[in-house]
Parts: sequence; structure tokens; C-alpha cells
Amino acid sequence: MKTVMRGVALAAATALALAACASAPDEGSTSSSTDTAGASETQTAEPIDYTACIVSDAGGFDDKSFNQLSFEGTKKAAADLNANFKSVQSDSETDFQPNLEAMVGVGCNTIVSVGFALSAATVESALANPDLEYVLVDDAADNDFNGEKDAPNIKPLLYDTAQAAFLVGYLSAGYSQTGKVGTFGGQPYPTVTIFMDGFKQGVDYYNKVKGTSVAVVGWDGKDGSFTGGFEANDTAKATATNIIGQGVDVLLPVGGPIYQSARDAIADSGKDIALIGVDADVYNTDPSVQDILLTSIMKNMDVSCYDTIMAAGEGSFDPTAYVGTLENGGVGMAPLHNFESKVDPGLVAEVDQLKQDIIDGTVPVTSYLNQ
Amino acid sequence: MSHTAPQSEDKAETTVAEDNRWRDAMTRIVSGSWLVSLGAVVLAVLAGSIMIIVTDPGVQAASQYFFSRPGDTFAAMGTAVGGAYYALFIGAVWDFRATDFAGGIRPLTQSLTMATPLIMAGLGVALGFRAGLFNIGGRGQMLAAAAGAGWIGFGLDMPWPWHMLLAMLVGILAGALWAGIAGLLKALTGAHEVIVTIMLNYVAFYLISYLLATPGLLQAPGSSNPKTPPMKSTAIMPDLLGSQYNLHLGFVFALLAVAFVWWLLNRSAMGFAFRAVGENPAAARVAGIDVPKNTVYVMLIAGALVGLAGVTQVLGTVTTGFSSDIDAGIGFDAITVALLGGSQPVGVLFAAILFGAFKAGGSLMQAAEGVPIEIVLVVQSLIVLFIAAPPLVRAVFRLPQPGAKPKKRPKRSARRKEVAA
Repeated sequence: MKTVMRGVALAAATALALAACASAPDEGSTSSSTDTAGASETQTAEPIDYTACIVSDAGGFDDKSFNQLSFEGTKKAAADLNANFKSVQSDSETDFQPNLEAMVGVGCNTIVSVGFALSAATVESALANPDLEYVLVDDAADNDFNGEKDAPNIKPLLYDTAQAAFLVGYLSAGYSQTGKVGTFGGQPYPTVTIFMDGFKQGVDYYNKVKGTSVAVVGWDGKDGSFTGGFEANDTAKATATNIIGQGVDVLLPVGGPIYQSARDAIADSGKDIALIGVDADVYNTDPSVQDILLTSIMKNMDVSCYDTIMAAGEGSFDPTAYVGTLENGGVGMAPLHNFESKVDPGLVAEVDQLKQDIIDGTVPVTSYLNQ
Repeated sequence: MSHTAPQSEDKAETTVAEDNRWRDAMTRIVSGSWLVSLGAVVLAVLAGSIMIIVTDPGVQAASQYFFSRPGDTFAAMGTAVGGAYYALFIGAVWDFRATDFAGGIRPLTQSLTMATPLIMAGLGVALGFRAGLFNIGGRGQMLAAAAGAGWIGFGLDMPWPWHMLLAMLVGILAGALWAGIAGLLKALTGAHEVIVTIMLNYVAFYLISYLLATPGLLQAPGSSNPKTPPMKSTAIMPDLLGSQYNLHLGFVFALLAVAFVWWLLNRSAMGFAFRAVGENPAAARVAGIDVPKNTVYVMLIAGALVGLAGVTQVLGTVTTGFSSDIDAGIGFDAITVALLGGSQPVGVLFAAILFGAFKAGGSLMQAAEGVPIEIVLVVQSLIVLFIAAPPLVRAVFRLPQPGAKPKKRPKRSARRKEVAA
């Protein structure tokens, strides 16, 4: 045991020696530092008796995609409300139900569960706890496919990203010099293919209006190129290289971090190829791609989670399904940033007009959410 | 060294296969004593405490003024570690917050539910260890079994219990066949089972992914998500303690599996052949045991046991439909469980319950104390690390080192004579 104690002491001493010389705070205020994290930012508002909670799917909260964005939105709302915030990561689908149960057990008022994978477990938990409020990101909570959600106290957050992808597809078709644009996805989930399909519809619309024949590589409207997972690995890079090899000069990778593999493949090719980000404005979240990033297709899960939790914390939770569109700002096209000077201003004006046309419904965009 | 000296019982594990140091090392790792297992758990939990302390924001805040008021830092450390392990306990064993017995016992039933697949998969891996085979293919075998059982479970209309039993049978057969491929390849061509089983994991994963993404196969009709429909109620394993607990009939099957493997290894001729092959294949062959045939049999039975774990996942634990990570890493955790249990059926049972408790308590540790789930995974990994290094554990806890310094002097002198001769 001596060895162990020595080890403990050594580890503690090393950690402490780094920054152990500050002066102690006043007695009494020290207890606050041991409180749960989350509401730790400086606020003046009184703490309220409300707990916002979030359960991830197997991707974890650092997936640079929907788990992360939902986590950030929920955490920020809890901080602004000065409410408690708790989070649990799931490692696999057997964790969903115990994790939701644990959240019920620690007194959560609103539980955000992220992803279609949690749908069944969330419905089960919501039916068992009708007093609690549930938010399900990216799924309609309709597991019997009757067109209605399966529990009254779940608010589904859905995103018609095809609308934003349509704009980006139009922009890419106009930007492309080679007449070929490319896309590939992680796995053929509806939440992935909706990007690729909207992108292709935008390109097709450009061709129809301008009489051009810009081709989309990697998605034909029904099937396309997929890496088989959501990891930035060799498979993703090979897929990107393969599509680049077909002569595209705009590339849209859809699925968490796989855009990083596309970035590497673009660097290896030595060609002037523009990258398109998804989910967040990747210009801000990953500075390493700023020089090659044309724009991003934004799916503002952070904003909608934030708004939902703010409403719930103030006692006005509305369980009606939310569908993010261009009109309500739930989805959108990011600014061009460094590409501002490389894109014809006329094209940008056309995209702005197109956005208005989609909102007005004069240009139809189809996706699984409006079929 | 071929003759057996009077101290053979003391040196049993060191005299096996002296010509093969790797086999010797493996034998020692997979059949460690329970004291080493306990020591490894204690060391891993201590190491986990250090990680909790280092990552806790309260400790970090207090440590900044450590030299002005060290008490705060130690208090924060105590709060962090105590809170974390307290949450682990009430999440895994007994819920002190509950007002009645039914609520208090709930976490324990949850731990047993989590342990159920680990028991069966751990037995499958342990059986392989005893026969000298490293079955790393638990993931593939579970996925194959889950696909088989799930396909029967949602696809057919039959009365209970026949529906459930048929689904179980199909799942078990699928798991057995998946492992049997590795056994057959080893028996016929000498292909190493580690490589083959790992590769079969990938084959199973991508096969399941394909089946889940293809309408008309495993994918739920009407959906385009890669997920199956829910199981029919006639195929579901009933809850053992009523609907407020998750513990299901699978746990009983797990206990039966423990009894079966104990009988197989300790009382049956087939089990004797397995162990003989595991301890020394050359000697087993000389003694008239058909080594290739037994290799196939071991893998078939091991695959059936791991397959049963996959079956209970889809018919008991997650009955609302599954996707391609239904194995939940149990195929790999089972290796740890088998090591921790010393490859003994009863040891595996207790090791699996411990791991089930880690899993069940891990949720609450995150939810209540904000301790990252990675800490629990680190503790589990450290257990394996310490078990793989028994001399380290023995040194820390002053346990006798086998073979190195026998304490009884008469044996020591006998040993010297033998070496001199």
C-alpha cells in the first residue's frame, strides 16, 4: 500500500504545484466551487429550481455534429436561466434506457435526447413520466409510423436541411469551373441524405434555369458514395480522393468529422477545390479549413435547443414539433467569408432571391419531411 | 523437468509447457488466482480516484490556493471521490434515496440486467481460454446471433413461449456458426483464431449494416433509419420481477449457462479434452485426443454462449428494435470478464456482476456527479492491465509470487536438489 500512497501523493503534488500559490477566497464562498458544473458562469439572476438535462447517442458530445451542437445550446440555455444542467453520454444503444432513467432519478425537468437512435427509449421514458418534458433532436418520435408522435410530452426538433442545401447546390453549380461538383456521406441515413439530395436539387435547378449541365458526383438522387461511418479515417479520405479524381472542384462531405478527411484529400490533390461544411458554420468551428471553405449548410440545432430550453425553463414548454426551415432560420447558408471575392456578386444575388423564392414556396424543395 | 516431483501441486502452473514461454504466460494470465483479481480491482479503483480528483473542477479551483488553505483541496478531493463512488453505489447496488424496498433494490436489479449478457459472453470467452483459444470475435458472434434472433423475433407470428424459444435457438445457432467458421479454419488450415475472429467481427458488422439499410431485410418497414422493428410480444423474454424492473428471463438463462459450463469443464469427458488441449496440445495429441476436432467443438460452444448474450440483448434488454451497435462492446468486455474471473465459470459470474454494476452505476455517476463515463472505462481497462501483470499486483499487496520464492523451506530444498540433478 505504501507504493500506492506514494503514487497518490506524487500525482496530487504534481497537479497542485502547477498553480497552488493563489490566495484563498473568503470563507463561505468556497462551497460554491464544489457545486455541479454548468451554471458556473457569472450571473446575477437568482438560481431557479429547474434542471435541464441532455443524453447523447453513441457519438458523444464531442462529435462536431448534432450531439455537440445540441449540448452547447442546452448548456447555454441552462446557464442563462441560472438553472442546473446535467449531461450523460451513451456508449451504445443499451445505455439509452438506463441513462434516461438516471436523468429522471436526479430530478431533471426537461430531458433532451439526441438522435433517432434514442427515439424508442425516449418515447418509453416519456410515457412513464408524463410530468416531465422531453425534447428529441432529429427524429419525429413516431415509431409506429402513423404520422403522429408517440408521446404527448415530447417535442421533436426536425430540420429541413434540403432547403439550405438547395441554395448551396445552386451556388456551387454557378461557382464550379469544371462543371462537376461532388458529395459523399457517412451512412445513408435520412438525416445525411437530405443534405445530398437538397444539394443535387439545387444543382439541377441551376441547370434548368441556365441551360447548363453541371453534374453531381456521389449522389444520383437515390444512392451515392458513403464512407460507412462517421469517422475521419482512411476510408473517408479514399472516398474523397476518388470523387476528386473525377474532376470536381466543389466537395460536400456530410457526416460529423469526415470533412477533415476531405480537407486532407484536397491538400494531397494539389488542386483548387472548394469545400462545403455542414451543421455549423465550419469557418468558425474549424479554422484549419478557412482557406478552402466555400460556405456551410447550417443546421442550427444549438439555436433551437437553446430556444426550447429557455421556453421550458420559463414554464412555457410547447411540445409541438419544430421543423427548422429557411423561413424560421432553423437551417441556413453560412456567409462566404474568404470566398466573398471569388464568387460572382451576381450569383450571390441570385442565391438571395432563390432563398426568398423557397420561403415563398415558388421554388419547391422536396425532402422526407415534406413528402 | 518432465518427471513430477512431490511439490507438483505447487508448481503445476509453471511446469506446463516449459518449451513455450508465450503459452506459459498466457496460461498464467488467464488463470490467475482470485486474490490477484481482487487486488487488480482495488488498484484500478484507486487509480480511478486519482483521475476523478484531477478532472474535478472543485478540486482544480481549490488547488489554486493550496498553500494558503490546503484543507479546502483535500475536502474537495474527498467530496469528488466520495460523491463519485457514492453515486456509483446508489446507481448499482442500493438506492438510499428511495423510500421503500422496491425502489431501493432497483439499482441492484439493473446491475444484474447489465451483467446478464456479460455472464454468457464471458463464459464463451473463458471456455476458449481454457482450451487455449483467444476468442476476440464476441462482437461478430453477438451481432450474428442478434440478427438471427431479431429476424425471427419480429418477422414471425407464433405463440409464446415457442416464438421466444425458436428465436433463441436461431440466434444461438447463428452465434455458434459464426465462431465455428474460425474454429474450422484453425482446425483445417492452422489460421490463427485471433486474426480470423477479429476479421469476422468486421464481416458481421458490415453485413448487419447492409441488412439494416435494406428494406425488406432487417430494416423496419416504413422507416429509412438503419433500425429494426420492435420485437413481437410473443418473442420477448418476460420480466422476472414485474414490469417496474428491467431484469428479464435472460438472467436465469445466464445462471443456467454458468452451471452448464461448470459441468462441461469439470465433469464431462469433452471438457476434459478441451482442458487437455488448452494446457498442452502436443501432449493431448499423444494421448489420443483429436485436437482439430476439439478446436471446432470449443468454438461452436463458445459461439453459442456468446450468441446467447446477443439473443438476450434483442429479446430482453432492448426489445424496441436494434441497430448495428447492439453488441454494446460486450464482446470485448467479455474478455476482461473472463480474465477477471480467472476463466472459471463462477469467477466469470461474479466478474460479470461487478462489470454490470460498473455499467449501471456509470449512468448515475455521470448524471448526478458529472463524472465523465470515461473514468469508468479507464477503471475497467486498468483492471485488465493489472491482471495481465500479476507480479505487479502481488508485489503491491505482498502476495506470494508463485514459483519465485516458495515460502515453505522443505519445498525449496527439494527444488534445489531437483535443479542440481
